[in-house]
Amino acid sequence: MSVLVDRDTRVVVQGITGHQGTVHAREMRLFGTSVVAGVTPGKAGTEVEGVPVFDSVRDAVEATHANASSIFVPAPYARDALLEAVDAGIRLCVVVTEHIPFHDMLVMYHYARSKGTRIIGPNCPGIASPGASKVGIIPNVVFRPGRIGVISRSGTLTYEIVSGIKETGLGQSTCIGLGGDPVVGTTFVDALPLFEADPDTDALVMVGEIGGTAEEDAAEYIRHHFTKPVVAYIAGRSAPPGKRMGHAGAIITRGKGTAQTKVAALEAAGARVARLPYEIPTLVGEAVRSARR
Amino acid sequence: MVKLAEWQGKSVFRKYGVPLPRGEVARSAAEAESLVRDGKVPLPCVVKAQVLSGGRGKGGAVRFASTPEEARAAAEAILGLEFKGEKVRELLLEEKLTIGRELYLSLTLDRTQRLPIIIASARGGVEIESVPDAEIDRQTVDPFPGLTSYEKRRAAKVLGLAGTQARSLDRLLDALWKVFQQEDAELVEINPLAVVGDGLVALDAKVIIEDDAGFRHPEYAEVRGDLTELEEVAREKDIAFVQLDGNIGVIANGAGLTMATLDVLKELGGAPGVFLDLGGTDDPKKVTEAFLLMARAKPTAVFLNIFGGVTRCDSVAKGLVEAMREVPANERFPLIARIRGNNEAEGTEILRSAGITSTSDLRASAQAAVDAARGRP
Repeated sequence: MSVLVDRDTRVVVQGITGHQGTVHAREMRLFGTSVVAGVTPGKAGTEVEGVPVFDSVRDAVEATHANASSIFVPAPYARDALLEAVDAGIRLCVVVTEHIPFHDMLVMYHYARSKGTRIIGPNCPGIASPGASKVGIIPNVVFRPGRIGVISRSGTLTYEIVSGIKETGLGQSTCIGLGGDPVVGTTFVDALPLFEADPDTDALVMVGEIGGTAEEDAAEYIRHHFTKPVVAYIAGRSAPPGKRMGHAGAIITRGKGTAQTKVAALEAAGARVARLPYEIPTLVGEAVRSARR
Repeated sequence: MVKLAEWQGKSVFRKYGVPLPRGEVARSAAEAESLVRDGKVPLPCVVKAQVLSGGRGKGGAVRFASTPEEARAAAEAILGLEFKGEKVRELLLEEKLTIGRELYLSLTLDRTQRLPIIIASARGGVEIESVPDAEIDRQTVDPFPGLTSYEKRRAAKVLGLAGTQARSLDRLLDALWKVFQQEDAELVEINPLAVVGDGLVALDAKVIIEDDAGFRHPEYAEVRGDLTELEEVAREKDIAFVQLDGNIGVIANGAGLTMATLDVLKELGGAPGVFLDLGGTDDPKKVTEAFLLMARAKPTAVFLNIFGGVTRCDSVAKGLVEAMREVPANERFPLIARIRGNNEAEGTEILRSAGITSTSDLRASAQAAVDAARGRP
């Protein structure tokens, strides 16, 4: 078992004829994902990397029974691409595209939710479960099958940390890159119950960043509902304050949102918090040993 | 994010019908005087520095005038100011209204609830952070039905408005909602929102436009906001670049990894000075541009930390070597590289043959950068 994706995941790549779409359709296949279709309006009947291309997601779903989408279309068209996937019945959409205006994302998120579709992202590396499936762009080389779950708001930092875990001889059950935008389809709190319920996950690594209160909210959830050991790292302890959304933003967060508040909340919830990224593998080792006891 | 100056925010407000005092922008004392003399700005008037930092009133950047001569003198005094590091280049002259109560009203994003939120308080005219929580009302607005009448009635009640004043708020909230959505704003804030007779007038305007919506809003491309000159060049080239106080330059890829790199340097006793996030690029030309931009900030040492996932280490290395050649010999600085991931061996080899040290260990290489910045071998 794994979280959200498995061997039955059948991926349609929206924007497959673009550079990113093509490269990652190939990488997903190399990982073992069933990439069954691509969509680029006007390119029906062609093939990319041996994958048939359709004009619309509906056509792709009818012909291939795709059940998940990986969206690479440029930001100005991403909103439309997502709505199209939702309306075609896709229930898992990984939005890799960056620079999507949050006003668009608000519409995307609430529409998807009303139809029962989960969005991961935007501006995210996606999801991967070694030995099962990958939807998105996390580099294949960082993985090895195992029992550590990973949820992260970062991209490259996630790769760095996941590969650090691999080097200690441990592997991952499922890794989800949530994306770092102000509005994301799946937050830590949305993802935590999935890992709690996953019998293949023994311990969880959570990689957060300063800004927003997603980590504080996660700590609250962990304290009351999450029974597996958690190792956390918050990037940005030393980042300068100030590049924030002004006074109204501060009123919403009210003293939360700094590295200190996040670390304190997570520690109070029983998580092991690494000060620096290279401390994570050691803490994961400890967490796994404690879980086996 | 594009922060609009007050007068720019107000010209957006005017487009959507938000009630404002009569006013004009001046860029010199003579211009200020003639605006008043010609009756374009009624007397008495207020002269306000157009800067992005708050606290103008206390800082002497807002003055009053009852004659054209006084307007000129006020303008001269304010144009000579450097307000919290920002030189005053523009003034807004506005009629001085007789006002009643001062209120607070804003629309922004609540990230946790993933909804727009209206923040309202009857205690306006002061910094909203200083207002007790119990006197601030927050209500989220669902983007699908959009702003509803009952939400506007609640805001009116919170602000203590009834009758004609409540109807004025109703229209004003509709206008603000449109500004928020149609202009792709992150923040639309009026503080103070003044009660003037039976109506409401926005005495100030704070509007922040989201960068990512630039494709819909070419009109904001020229607004510089509060970026430094180098940050501005970086923005044009789509490189994330932030200047800090220290002396170590940091180049990394991805926001999270960049922040983690700063954390490590600081923990080891270093002082990051400039950080630059290459994002997902491995285009050697862009790496070169980024590096030359870094060189202009005159760091004592530069630490490059790249994890090549999608990015190829060899492409980054090529761009880097190219860039090093373009930095004049007397302006060179020690460069410590740490590259890992995709094509790591090729990248390391390119750097070594150009005489640049590269290791794959984060801690050791960060320590080397801290030592180099202190002038140690």
